[in-house]
Amino acid sequence: MTELRIDGLTKNFGSFKALDNVSLDIPSGKFVCLLGPSGCGKTTLLRLIAGLEEPSAGRVLVGGQDQTRVPTHKRGMGMVFQSLALFPHLDVAENIAYPLAIRGGDKATRAARAAELLDLVRLPGMGARRIHQLSGGQRQRVAIARGLSINPKVFLLDEPLSALDASLREHMQIELRQIQQSLGVTTIVVTHDQQEALTMADLVIVMKDGVIQQAGAPMEVYHNPANAFVAGFIGTTNLMPCTVADGAIQVLGQRIPVTEGDRIGVASGPAHLSVRPEHVILTSEAEGIPAEVNFVRDLGESRHVLMLVDGHEITAQMPPGTGAAALRPGDRVGLSFRPGQRVVVA
Amino acid sequence: MSGAPSHTVAPRWLGLWPAVMLTLFFLAPFGIMLAVSVAKRDASGFYEWGFDPGSYARFMSAFFAKVMAVSLSVSLAAAAICVALAFPFTVFLASLGHRMQTLVLVVLLSVLALSEVIIGFSLSTLLSQTAGIGNLFHWLGLIDAPRAYTPSLFALITGLCYIGFPFAVLVLYPPVSRLDPEIVEAARVMGASGPSAFFGVIVPNLRGAIMGAFILVFVFTLGSYLLPQLLGRSEHWTLSVHITDQAVYQSNLPFAAAMSVFLMLVALALVGLASLAGRDKGAA
Repeated sequence: MTELRIDGLTKNFGSFKALDNVSLDIPSGKFVCLLGPSGCGKTTLLRLIAGLEEPSAGRVLVGGQDQTRVPTHKRGMGMVFQSLALFPHLDVAENIAYPLAIRGGDKATRAARAAELLDLVRLPGMGARRIHQLSGGQRQRVAIARGLSINPKVFLLDEPLSALDASLREHMQIELRQIQQSLGVTTIVVTHDQQEALTMADLVIVMKDGVIQQAGAPMEVYHNPANAFVAGFIGTTNLMPCTVADGAIQVLGQRIPVTEGDRIGVASGPAHLSVRPEHVILTSEAEGIPAEVNFVRDLGESRHVLMLVDGHEITAQMPPGTGAAALRPGDRVGLSFRPGQRVVVA
Repeated sequence: MSGAPSHTVAPRWLGLWPAVMLTLFFLAPFGIMLAVSVAKRDASGFYEWGFDPGSYARFMSAFFAKVMAVSLSVSLAAAAICVALAFPFTVFLASLGHRMQTLVLVVLLSVLALSEVIIGFSLSTLLSQTAGIGNLFHWLGLIDAPRAYTPSLFALITGLCYIGFPFAVLVLYPPVSRLDPEIVEAARVMGASGPSAFFGVIVPNLRGAIMGAFILVFVFTLGSYLLPQLLGRSEHWTLSVHITDQAVYQSNLPFAAAMSVFLMLVALALVGLASLAGRDKGAA
């Protein structure tokens, strides 16, 4: 069992605190996404787990053993780098078998393992190719295969799919998740792409300024954000300042009574109301909060209506074929937030 | 439609410039040298045009074969030592901060401003019995009495390496600093210790650059004729010293020219071999 434990990890670069007392328990075999904007410390955390950086304080435990002072090359990790870092002087099979060659594996074992992994990443028979002969997606797969060749205790990936174009990236997200599930290897992926995290992860860890904002299952983080930052970072949402008092939310000059299903994370006082665009309901001007249509964006599968209320931009997402079709910029409408789908966070 | 694109950066005739320069300053002198090498020696000190392969025949002797062997081994040894020192140094240099790198490179470049004469005399003083490091070793109790380390093969190679080192670093620095640091980190994570990442990943990825530095120092030291006289014994005199001797002191220009032609052919052959060995399998 190779569960991973991060205990009070801190990393300073000079006066800059890249990671501030981060603690985390990752159960064996889980797929974890470290998610956050650039500079949030997610890559630093990954490099500390790999042993490529020394922590200023705290411990890294793999399978119950303290690895904090163990040098990188003795940690038995697999890693995929952002630049992929494939070795140009070796061919595909030699790249994949490199971790075995370093450990003194014999030629036949190396060749067999390389072939096995090439099958796993769906590049059968490509072992003799040179790295520069491969496409971007193929290099990606070779890097993944190389990272897995020693059956690593933990499989680390640093923004592995960022260099791929959008459709290939989506495809590789699914494939990476399937490979991880078939092997059951504890996996940590650093990404700034929230959709990538929601697609692949068992556990999403949202970070900002070197601190974990929230750790939870993708849908928990999506539906039940811990704070305004998480609500705004995961998925698209309408975020409005509000006040909570006497079982009601005071927002945009309206008092909305809390109903069952609403998630109210603040007992009373100033807070933020988060409502997803699909839960903003448009009605006639007479009902609801008065708003003026600013822009209508038709995406085919859905239609986004952007409105201005008190200087706040609110987006409503409507299914096609609804009344929204007739809306034009400048039209006056009323809006309300679907009961049970209102989230109040600090 | 329009013809070939006409907005090239430089006009085409500008390409003639290097060709003219090459002809004027390399091919023409080389032609003259070839002609002189088969000219007849004039006893009064110069030469008469003609065809006399005697100079080449004279060169084919055990004595000059040995001189040739000494020249090549001295230069090969100097080049090998230089690169062996310069490569790890450059890898380390590239890992330093930007300001430190600039500082070190400026210091290295300033070494190039020193003439071979100054370097030669400084080293012969430093290695001498009366004022050299022998006194320091004696004072430290390492040796019984101060001794001279020059003239010797050691002094000669030291001098040649001193001159070759900055060139080797300057040739190695651009490719070394461009090497993706993640490649080395990848090797480390995948189980390579420091030395095995160095020899298994850094060295093979920079094979071309290492060969380039080797060839440069080799060719550069092959032409050195002052240092062997200042720091070496007569048996360490390289072919370049003998060429100078024949041309300047013996007034035998045809023989000097013949030796020069031969030295150049051998050097070319070795450079060709080396660059063949340095060709990267992965490069397309």
